[in-house]
Amino acid sequence: MASGTAQHGVGGLTYDSKKRALPPELNILVALIAITVVFELLNRYNFGWLWNDLPFQQGKSFLFNTRDNLDTLFNEQRINIILLQVAITGIIAIGVTQVIILGGIDLSSGSIVGATAMIAMSFAQTATVNGNPNPKAIFGEGFMDLWVLVPILVGLTCGLIAGCVNGLLVAYTRIPPFIATLGMMVSARGVAKWWSNGNPISFPTETYASLSNGDMMGGMTFGVLSWSGQNPALVFFLLAILFHLIMTYTLYGKRCYAIGSNEAAARMSGINIARHKVLVYTIAGLLAGVAAILLTSKTLTAQAGMGVMLELDAIAMAVIGGVSLTGGRGSIIGTVLGALIFSVIISGFTSIQLDAYYQEMVKGAIIVGAVVMDQWRQSKRGRG
Amino acid sequence: MSDFILETRGLTKHYGGVHALTDASFTLKRAEHVAIMGDNGAGKSTFVRQITGVEQPTRGEIIFDGNAHFFNSPIAAREAGIEAVFQTLALADDLDVPSNLFLGREKIRWNLGPFSILDRRAMREATMAALVKTGVKIPNLSNTIRNMSGGQRQCVAIARTAAFKSKLVIMDEPTAALGVQETAQVENIIRTLKEAGEPLILISHNMRQVFDLVDRIVVFRRGRIVANLAKEDTDGQDVVSYITGAKTGAEFEGAA
Repeated sequence: MASGTAQHGVGGLTYDSKKRALPPELNILVALIAITVVFELLNRYNFGWLWNDLPFQQGKSFLFNTRDNLDTLFNEQRINIILLQVAITGIIAIGVTQVIILGGIDLSSGSIVGATAMIAMSFAQTATVNGNPNPKAIFGEGFMDLWVLVPILVGLTCGLIAGCVNGLLVAYTRIPPFIATLGMMVSARGVAKWWSNGNPISFPTETYASLSNGDMMGGMTFGVLSWSGQNPALVFFLLAILFHLIMTYTLYGKRCYAIGSNEAAARMSGINIARHKVLVYTIAGLLAGVAAILLTSKTLTAQAGMGVMLELDAIAMAVIGGVSLTGGRGSIIGTVLGALIFSVIISGFTSIQLDAYYQEMVKGAIIVGAVVMDQWRQSKRGRG
Repeated sequence: MSDFILETRGLTKHYGGVHALTDASFTLKRAEHVAIMGDNGAGKSTFVRQITGVEQPTRGEIIFDGNAHFFNSPIAAREAGIEAVFQTLALADDLDVPSNLFLGREKIRWNLGPFSILDRRAMREATMAALVKTGVKIPNLSNTIRNMSGGQRQCVAIARTAAFKSKLVIMDEPTAALGVQETAQVENIIRTLKEAGEPLILISHNMRQVFDLVDRIVVFRRGRIVANLAKEDTDGQDVVSYITGAKTGAEFEGAA
């Protein structure tokens, strides 16, 4: 039978299989552009004096390069900051998105980042710093200057184990995911502090440092936008594309949506729900591990307090991107756009010199606002 | 090949001390449409839960398509070819029509374990074929179930039975929650199944619907089968008296 538009069925009814509604992500893209424009205007016309005692300054641009040398069209520094923030938290948000679509929640990703950062970094240390022995050494000589794959594999394994424990708890004890991952949130933070008695772990090998700070793309320029030192962003976009394809075209994705949408129906259909849940939470933990490796490589140090509240930022990115907290709806593309919106807002607040305390207050309001929007969308198109 | 697609012998289900179903012996010929009627708690739904594998009988045999079966799960019954459409719909609201039809039985293009690539085109085409076969009208297959009316949702659930060449369809009050027009749509689908020679068990309280659609009426009362009536030999008044217990079928005297 031919696909596409064909004449079938009773009464000459047409099954128009190609017809599709506009993707919901379009709204989010429009919001992203609108928010960017707002910050551009706020910067251009310099409203900063309204809430700061600072003297009136010459208006500048949010997104564009207004200096004399016009080699680049965009304000490279700003874009780099936005991309870095998008990348680290966004990688976590990709995992969190899958968990939320499944109908769960993951509160532990920030703490998994903390624990993984400490453990991975301790395997990434260099033996000598400026000719002296590493003052922050955790292990003895034998565990210094290891091949770069060792800390990477250690980090990924940490994330994987933590995620797997989350998944096993949620799938087999039937406790709410909120509680299971809350437990992991507290415990993993404990691991992060215990690992080095609360001391920071620093001085990684050069190769490890180059993971985030090096240039996988060789300082490529895309037209007027130069792309340098953005390995985390590159990893983020590659992972986003990979998981977008997985969520759209594979059994894995279909089952995430089915379970999040109607778990009883999915069970009746013979889907092994417990096994799928373990898999999804494990992947979320693994992605938190990836984020931890990139973060420590960027900052060249690991601290027990790393990644605090990162899980909430990641959840906020997903929710802003249209992922429904009731499960079953949302997409990776939405989350990527949500991550961009989130980071543009944070960076925008800094650019208009809004105090960091106000930023947090507004951040909270944005998260609540996004959930209200989601509820509103749901009630609007409730069943007829 | 036996004449009967389904035969139960002395099917019995006890919930603790409650005898929900006692010695139900039932037969269904190929291409026959049979209605199961009875008051609430008469054992109709219990009977259906045994043959669809949702529950396992305390005693008794199920012979389906010539072989004795023991269904330890709804999936086992479904694999054998028994498709049930339940009153409470088992659909995932956020998935489109093909995904719901193939929920748990997706067609795969490349097998990569849990990350297997779905064969979306094949599923879409099979969905269209199933819709045509059952005469279900769904304007847009890419719509999620959430955006559909109760009738359309019920139709999707019924079309699911057609997508897998099921050997027996069981519908448990398929029109209980539907409006007049939607009920007519579902009844049309049932007629289409009749013309296609698909056997069907219909549970319904609607006397008009039953006399319109089926060949034979089986009445349950207090967990027992009390009457087995050909449509031509009975009328609504008669069936009601069996349901209420005013009469009991001659061959079921012991059951009263």
